[in-house]
Amino acid sequence: MRFTLRAPPEQRLDLSPLVPDRLAGLDQAAIERVGLNTTRATLCVGDVFTVRMGDPARVTFDGGSERFDNLGESLSAGEIVVEGDAGQFAGRRMSGGRMEIRGNAGGWAASALRGGRMEIHGDAGERLGGPASGEVAGMAGGTVVVRGSVGERAGDRMRRGLIVVEGDAAGWTGSRMIAGTLVVCGDAGVLPGYLMRRGTLLLGRAETPPPTFVPSGGAPTVFLHLLAAALSPVSEPAARLTAAPLQRLLGDMASLGMGEMLVQAGHL
Amino acid sequence: MLALTRNGVRIDDSFAEAFDMRATGVVITAPTLRWVRQAAITTTGFATSIIGCGVEAGIDAELRPDATPDGRPGVRVLLFAGSTGELQKQLVGRVGQCVLTSPGSACYAGLEADEKLRLGDGLRYFGDGWQISKRFEDRHIWRIPVMDGEFVCEGTTGLTKGAVGGGNLILMGRSADATLHAAESAIAAMRAVAGVIMPFPGGIVRSGSKVGSKYKGLMASTNHAYCPTLRGATPSELDADIAAVLEIVIDGLTPDAVAAAMRAGLAAAIALGPDQGAARIGAGNYGGKLGRHHFHLRELL
Repeated sequence: MRFTLRAPPEQRLDLSPLVPDRLAGLDQAAIERVGLNTTRATLCVGDVFTVRMGDPARVTFDGGSERFDNLGESLSAGEIVVEGDAGQFAGRRMSGGRMEIRGNAGGWAASALRGGRMEIHGDAGERLGGPASGEVAGMAGGTVVVRGSVGERAGDRMRRGLIVVEGDAAGWTGSRMIAGTLVVCGDAGVLPGYLMRRGTLLLGRAETPPPTFVPSGGAPTVFLHLLAAALSPVSEPAARLTAAPLQRLLGDMASLGMGEMLVQAGHL
Repeated sequence: MLALTRNGVRIDDSFAEAFDMRATGVVITAPTLRWVRQAAITTTGFATSIIGCGVEAGIDAELRPDATPDGRPGVRVLLFAGSTGELQKQLVGRVGQCVLTSPGSACYAGLEADEKLRLGDGLRYFGDGWQISKRFEDRHIWRIPVMDGEFVCEGTTGLTKGAVGGGNLILMGRSADATLHAAESAIAAMRAVAGVIMPFPGGIVRSGSKVGSKYKGLMASTNHAYCPTLRGATPSELDADIAAVLEIVIDGLTPDAVAAAMRAGLAAAIALGPDQGAARIGAGNYGGKLGRHHFHLRELL
């Protein structure tokens, strides 16, 4: 099923209805009547997109916008491809299936992800995988790969799963992490692992780690082999980073202190 | 019993009677093959027969580094028991005492099955709160801090209830040396078969047993009908030219694996002929009423 953008939207759009589960069984007229507006000005699918019917388990957006919010919300199976940018909360609470954003994503992409796989070819905004306001845990499963760079607090309150950032991260990467694995191939920015409890950060560069992280000797080689095996299907640069000489820090001692930060030697 | 003859070796028209068992497997890795073997041999020590050891265990195969989860040399060890509870107890006990303790080791699931046994899920407490849980898509591992780094151990491994224990070959020779040669040749061929173990020392047992004893409370005692020194004193199964008897017991993940191992062992022993190897080959059974699986020698030639 293909949604082709007619013109840049005049307001932010709530695209959460356009997921395979909710599209299944609807005919073209019914789909075109689905409301997407986030202001009082009514805006339906038919106003924004031309719809080409097809398999509802494979949804493609031809054209994107940073106003495309809530794309792929609660996706549980199937595939969504965005040939363009996405707005905030792309793939929020996704539990399965696959989502691909060929442009950039806004803040809270993969927010509280539960499962499935999200790939962002461009950059992602702040709080990648993070919880929405008031939520206790962020990402709790699944895999997120960002080929570009990400904003602040990527992996905030992450509980489980895998995040790979092939570019740089803006700062506070993996803040308040509960567990899980977060890889930044480039620079992790200021204070990575800020208040993390458990979990693994694998970082290309971390010039300013929090002072509450303590050196903990060499790298866990067997674990890194297993990590490389998990990373190589999703990101070659991340898999390569596991083979680099790494230094290990434990922290954040201002919190539980059972997290680990693995940083390329000489880049700490 | 009508005997068939192959390459001068008499083959009894008999069958091996085998039983349903529960089985599991683990993959043990280490920095070098020497330490892989050491961990595996220790883990599978004192595991010859469920009569006295609780579990029958052995090395199924050595794995090249590219065939193990962590890219290091490894072996696959299989364990067989009569009940799920006993198998679970023996698995955690043996991996905890013999793999966890072995330098540089790691331990992974060695059998894929829907039903699971606890592996690292039972051993993680050794980490005393410092253990780390890691979950990648289809793999859940525990990282337990130990004095040489970390013991990495998968959370669970598979359990099969379709395993078979008690496949066997009885090799009878004109001398002790020739009989041992036949048994060693058979074992070498059977080790190449996947999914089976021969749990006795070097795969060979010289003290075949019968059920029961004249002594109260003894479940099994010497199989007097196959003891060459008792010929004349008791009814014997042995011909006049037989000087020694050795048995090979096989446990397999499937009946087909046991049959394949018996077939390979038979062929290797027969190839030696009656002078170099066994003059006669038989199989042990209990009349066919106790075990569900019957492996007829004539069907395995």
